[in-house]
Amino acid sequence: MSAQTEPLVQIKDLHKRFSISGDFLDQLKFRGGKLVREREVVHAINGVSLDVQRGEALCVVGESGCGKSTVARTVMGLLSPSAGTISYGGERIDNLSDRQILPYRRKMQMIFQNPYASLNPRMTIAQTLEEPVRFHNPKAPASEVRDKVHEVMQSVGIDPTWGKRFSHEFSGGQRQRISIARALAVDPEFIVADEPISALDVSIQAQVLNLMMDAQASRNLTYLFITHDLSVVEHFGTRVAVMYLGTLCELAPTKTLFATPRHPYTQALLSAIPRLETGRPAHIRLQGEVSTPVNLPTGCVFHGRCPHANERCSRDIPRLIATGDGGQVACHAVEEGRI
Amino acid sequence: MALLEVRNLDVRFGLRSGEVQALRDINFSLERGERLGVVGESGAGKSVLGFSILNLLSQPGYIAGGEILFEGQNLAAMSPKQLRSIRGNRISMIFQDPMMTLNPVLTIGQQMVECLLAHRKISRKDARRIALQKLKQVQIPSPETRIDQYPHELSGGMRQRIVIAIGLLMDPDIIIADEPTTALDVTIQAEIMDLMLELCERNSVALILITHDLGIVSQVTRRAMVMYAGRIIEQGPTREIINDAQHPYTQGLMNALPQMAIPGQRLNQIRGSMPPLQNIPTGCAFNPRCDYVLDVCHRELPGFTRSGGCKVACHMVAQMKLEEEAAVHALEVK
Amino acid sequence: MNDHVQTLDAPPSAWQRFLDSHLWHSFTRDRVAQFSLLVFVAYGLMALLAPLIAPYNPYDPAQIDILNAEMPPSWEAGSDPAFWLGTDAQGRDLWSTILYGTRVSLAIGLCAVALQAVIGIVIGLLAGYRGGRVDSLLMRFADVQLSFSTMMVAIVVLAVFQATFGTELYQELAMVMLILVIGIAEWPQYARTIRASVLAEKKKEYVDAARVIGFKAPRIMFRHILPNTLSPILVISTVQVANAIIAEASLSFLGLGMPVSEPSLGSLISSGFEYIFSGSWWITVIPGAVLISLVLVMNLLGDWLRDVLNPKLYKG
Repeated sequence: MSAQTEPLVQIKDLHKRFSISGDFLDQLKFRGGKLVREREVVHAINGVSLDVQRGEALCVVGESGCGKSTVARTVMGLLSPSAGTISYGGERIDNLSDRQILPYRRKMQMIFQNPYASLNPRMTIAQTLEEPVRFHNPKAPASEVRDKVHEVMQSVGIDPTWGKRFSHEFSGGQRQRISIARALAVDPEFIVADEPISALDVSIQAQVLNLMMDAQASRNLTYLFITHDLSVVEHFGTRVAVMYLGTLCELAPTKTLFATPRHPYTQALLSAIPRLETGRPAHIRLQGEVSTPVNLPTGCVFHGRCPHANERCSRDIPRLIATGDGGQVACHAVEEGRI
Repeated sequence: MALLEVRNLDVRFGLRSGEVQALRDINFSLERGERLGVVGESGAGKSVLGFSILNLLSQPGYIAGGEILFEGQNLAAMSPKQLRSIRGNRISMIFQDPMMTLNPVLTIGQQMVECLLAHRKISRKDARRIALQKLKQVQIPSPETRIDQYPHELSGGMRQRIVIAIGLLMDPDIIIADEPTTALDVTIQAEIMDLMLELCERNSVALILITHDLGIVSQVTRRAMVMYAGRIIEQGPTREIINDAQHPYTQGLMNALPQMAIPGQRLNQIRGSMPPLQNIPTGCAFNPRCDYVLDVCHRELPGFTRSGGCKVACHMVAQMKLEEEAAVHALEVK
Repeated sequence: MNDHVQTLDAPPSAWQRFLDSHLWHSFTRDRVAQFSLLVFVAYGLMALLAPLIAPYNPYDPAQIDILNAEMPPSWEAGSDPAFWLGTDAQGRDLWSTILYGTRVSLAIGLCAVALQAVIGIVIGLLAGYRGGRVDSLLMRFADVQLSFSTMMVAIVVLAVFQATFGTELYQELAMVMLILVIGIAEWPQYARTIRASVLAEKKKEYVDAARVIGFKAPRIMFRHILPNTLSPILVISTVQVANAIIAEASLSFLGLGMPVSEPSLGSLISSGFEYIFSGSWWITVIPGAVLISLVLVMNLLGDWLRDVLNPKLYKG
């Protein structure tokens, strides 16, 4: 079991809230003749704990607004957590200064969703790729930097002679390769991929997924892979974490999750994938309106849409419990044996 | 007579760098109540096709040739006034982004009523009654309050339901849905797709579903067309295409899906990417990416070969068909 | 594995890129823009080469003869062929004075705008990138600055300076003072424009990518974001130079600008104003026409640039 080895990345009880009421002056409002300060807060992540084991591809799935991208950005230090900690190789990294975090920047890299926005349009490909190498190896001679850039370009299937071109001269799939090359250029061991293929066409998705799997095998990478596409998860993930409204519903090895989904939300999600084989879908219909992370429901965040919800679900927040087959699930109904 | 018949449609874009052919020899027909899927990757021309059917192309695009026959009338040659009586009324369109249809400064009710009054001579009160009824049809909870709300007060799934309600408002004969669920989450997507199917079936509305998602096409449509670089390369019954694709591109597309591969193994990718319209290779447009490429593929645009219930534009399939026929013939002679 | 069937031609050179660009393409089709640029370049050359073109040096008292004062231009009766645009009240050749005046006006306009741009870009970048309190503070500051009109600030500052340090020192420092005053009074225009485009750029993932690499804020701001906000900078710069020239002319007209001994176009107009009713209209009208056409072509160029570079208008 993976429990003996120390996880590469450890997320503990992570919370992230955003204020969406603007600055102080915008927050002042008149209510009943009195001037009061009102703040609206988005609860993007509400107590998520996750361990990423060395060498695995941990997939985080969920629908829009479930906080999966916020998890990715918080792990990368692009956002600071409202509460909770993030550790890398046992060291806490969420409270480090810009200077202190620099050594971790080499080890952790990120691949973004939108290949059209993730490359600086005013820089050539070579400049884009040389920049990180030079920054992290300030003493390296120019020839070494160039060789390194050639090597990564070749490894992602981009002709090194195209270096003098700007990003707008490339197709979406090629840009995503370049984006991956930029992440690989500093020889990281951990890569956070935030929906890296969802903006691409089907035939290009396959190319990029293959590239990421090749890179994982040849460079011994660990992935935290954020996606909404379950069929990709089934193919790519070692373990899967399912999120709903900023909380973790279920965490299980991929095979287990797809064979025996425990959480009612996971079940609904799996049944909704449009498959090629079947005719008409027999998916689980969810009732009710999707809640927003601004007005978080009490109790289990899913109870408003859950077919198995009872009074306890609207009161108590369920905790993750082990299911015995290597997975964990946060559901009262599963805990009580109702499903 | 088919409800809609498109013949030899040719759509071009007059760009600064020269003229570009966005669609070429598009031929298909649609029967009343039929559901047709249009599959392709971005740049294949599937959205252009949707717009051309309604003659909605904006500059610099234009229909350079061919006919779009709706109940025998050619939409490509109609006056703007005649077109207006068909658009939204007999043929309506649903887009990926609901905000393309919804006006953010009008309430749902106002928009629906305006739309009804534009096409029919009825009172405002009747129009509102019809609007409410349509909202009920698309299963909007508490339609009486929703009808007076603004689009921004609704969730994405709810907005797309409203757009469908608006699409159904005039009891059209055809709905053209351009990636109607791409922006939605899977669970919502499944609900919306179910709803559309049910409504089309109940009102015997024909549906042209434009999407990149083979899974949706497989579940929703009875016939499908696969597009590549502005051309239909394969069309036929959906099940036949899904289970036994003939064109190497369709096969490749299907095999590239993660659900078709063994978990953890490499996916069967198609190499390269779709050529930009300005730069389509001569002969078969797919030839640089094709594993079965023949000499003739570099020279000649493939014609259509019948194979089962499908029509396929591929030299390789045509050749196999010829060989097969020769073999059958030889057997018969014996 | 790396299956690339596509081959690309050699990458286009920078010049080739420019010729292929939307900017160049629309320029070749826009007569107004072509004409405006032509006129502007002519002005630029006139200003730059003034000492070579001008038949006289208006700054050299030895070349000025008061007896030549108020000569009409060559097409009027009583003109002297040596002065084709006539002379001003001091007997200076009007053509030479206009050439030198254009030089002064353009120099003040360009320097003032350069100053505005530096202050505005730094503040706009900071406000947009840092956001939060820094943003609120800087932008309120800009609002306060904007609520005083440029002319009011300039008049107060220049008048106080003149009163405190005397006219003599003022005349020596007039150019520097004008650049400082106009430059400082108008930076919020830049700051606001830059801030708006920084806010848009900041959301793009290439900025996150730069942060993930570990770059510090100044490097991200100046190396990554700034080059992507150059289009709006270019657009407002053309308009701002025109505005600065007008501001300088107005101040000079009010007697707070360039001294008569080193006239800009504005002070030339002002100096001729007293003689306009005594029949010597040319001292005011000719420099006035020169000033108006200069400002006009700059505004036309600015309009054209804005239309071309505004992505909303052409990317649709």
